[in-house]
Amino acid sequence: MGLHVSNAPFIYNRDTTRSLMADVILALLPTTLAGIFFFGLGALLHVLVGTASAMLAEYAYQKLTHKPVRIRDCSAALTGMLLALNMPVSAPLWVTLIGSAVAIVLVKELFGGIGDNFMNPALTARAILMASWPVAMTAYTQPVFSLGLQADAVSSATVLHGLSATPLQMFLGFIPGTIGEVSKAAILIGFLYLLLKGVITWHIPVIYVGSYALLALALGNNVLNGVLSGGLLFGAVFMATDYVTNPMTRGGQIIFAMGCGVLTCLIRNFSSYPEGVTFAILLMNIATPLIDKYVKGARVYGKGKK
Amino acid sequence: MEKKQSLSGVFMNGVITENPTFRLVLGTCPTIAVTTNAVNGIGMGLAATFVLVGSNLVISLLRNFIPDKVRIPAFVVVICTFVTMVQMLLQAYVPVLYESLGLFIPLIVVNCIILARAEAFASKNAPLASVMDGLGMGLGFTAAITIIGCIRELFGSGSLFGLNIMGAGYQPMLILVLAPGGFIVFGLVLGIANIIMKRADAKKAAKEGAQA
Amino acid sequence: MNELLKILMFMVSCVLTHNFIFSRFLGNCPFLGVSNKVETAVGMGVAVTFVMALASLFTWLVYHLVLVKLGLRYLDTIAFILIIAGLVQFVEMFIKKSSPSLYKALGIYLPLITTNCAVLGVAVLNVSEGYNLLYSVLNGTFGALGFLLAIVLMAGVRERLETSDIPEPFRGFPICIIIAGLMSVAFMGFSGFGG
Repeated sequence: MGLHVSNAPFIYNRDTTRSLMADVILALLPTTLAGIFFFGLGALLHVLVGTASAMLAEYAYQKLTHKPVRIRDCSAALTGMLLALNMPVSAPLWVTLIGSAVAIVLVKELFGGIGDNFMNPALTARAILMASWPVAMTAYTQPVFSLGLQADAVSSATVLHGLSATPLQMFLGFIPGTIGEVSKAAILIGFLYLLLKGVITWHIPVIYVGSYALLALALGNNVLNGVLSGGLLFGAVFMATDYVTNPMTRGGQIIFAMGCGVLTCLIRNFSSYPEGVTFAILLMNIATPLIDKYVKGARVYGKGKK
Repeated sequence: MEKKQSLSGVFMNGVITENPTFRLVLGTCPTIAVTTNAVNGIGMGLAATFVLVGSNLVISLLRNFIPDKVRIPAFVVVICTFVTMVQMLLQAYVPVLYESLGLFIPLIVVNCIILARAEAFASKNAPLASVMDGLGMGLGFTAAITIIGCIRELFGSGSLFGLNIMGAGYQPMLILVLAPGGFIVFGLVLGIANIIMKRADAKKAAKEGAQA
Repeated sequence: MNELLKILMFMVSCVLTHNFIFSRFLGNCPFLGVSNKVETAVGMGVAVTFVMALASLFTWLVYHLVLVKLGLRYLDTIAFILIIAGLVQFVEMFIKKSSPSLYKALGIYLPLITTNCAVLGVAVLNVSEGYNLLYSVLNGTFGALGFLLAIVLMAGVRERLETSDIPEPFRGFPICIIIAGLMSVAFMGFSGFGG
């Protein structure tokens, strides 16, 4: 058995990874259930297809390259699930299938597998899908409230596209959007669970949303609307907190979170895209190695079991 | 023991053994920029081949007259002359291609392949061999970027050489004809080319080992 | 005031929206070749910025004040490349005197700035887009800063990936090009910035 050199965080133990992944998956359950509640069984199908495709892709790649098969660490399953939750329910399932495979093979495995990717796989795949099939990826529909598959789906613009909705509607999830992003309440439940379990700390999500809010205020946006719309909360809690692709020091993480907030606000306001969360986080992922190089301090990860 | 390469050996060297795109990884800018479809790939490849053959020939003919100190600027002037010729020819006879290749036609001047071959081969070899080298490298380049262009066009637009292949129901993967797709496809093709060449080398080594 | 805003937006679009590497594919060779260490990448980026700014200035002047006046527009490619070659010689001497360690680190890539498609590319772009002198120099300077940004980000990532278990056939150029592609995906977020 050769020496396995890799990057921090150093998660050697397959069971440690597995329990971490399991915790995040559990934290995503309220969001997933909310997605099914609002968008029907189509949402569940996306999650199943996404998860299965990711695991299959990882299995196939590891087999083909004669590496140890590690799908039991559940990281692929989590990636697939996250990607699925980033899809609008009316997108064709094959798009989710391709997205999951791309996330695992291109963004994660090709760079060395778990711990070696430099960009968030699910988010990168989502951006690639948006550039590949823009119409399918922005075909948002109003919530359906039936257990049928996309029964009478009515296409609709999202709040970021100009739809008006009350803060309560936006908080609970009675708005169009991707499967996972609509119910802020469900996301917050997941956030609390992750905090209690010690999987993440409050810093990145809170500073991310906070910086966004400050800049939005300065630019004259409706801050409450901005915070409650689009993928901001979902991204701040579940995507920006991915250990592998954010800085290792507390100082670095704060810079990272502020960068995400600022970029999200700038992209939402000045670019031709209505939503900025995906690109903001990806851009900060890219900046992370430099942040780690120049921001010194106590490492947050790698403290071992408490 | 110096092995004098035959003319066909020189040619095949440019196409396969030292393929400028897959082995030497030169001329990457046009490789990503103009491979959005197969026709652009062939067009750029042939234009570059024309310049490469012309400049290799002239530089080889003049190789004993160009002082060493100013050889790079001298090469550049020669290459430039042929690029200007190509520019005018394309503008006059194939204006559609001239439009779609755009900025990258004058940029053939700084296509590293051409300067590299002038420096590494044409300035040190006879004219006929230099022409074969230019031809081989140029056609190797053309083949490489046409392959990439075919892949991007087929999956990114559903067509090949402008002919709709994938049918009406196909939803093209648009990113492939955009900037990110260009990089990613090139990178993947390069990696796969490495795998293929490694296998071919291993087979050759095994065969030679068996014969020894 | 409006003019100032337009200039500001133009600068932003040069660096981010139409990034020379991620959108325009200009400057790939040094981008792939000199991006393995952050310090060298910064040095290369700064050198290129210097050359591109000056090149934009001189090529514009020569094109509009000499070639056009003499009806010799078709000689633009030759004129531009000779100006660029001269500039690079000058920058080489300057770096050799002021920072011998940087000179050594950049090695062959310094004279190769002459063949950097970004430099000739920006000169040609300035003409084809019809920019006046100010916009041409801004295009050159800020386009180069975009190149600097790209190459430094790439160096950061490559340094981090030194210990990664990348499959053998992809090590070196292939994975580097794929990294550029993924970065290009992220930079799509800037489309529309600066109008």
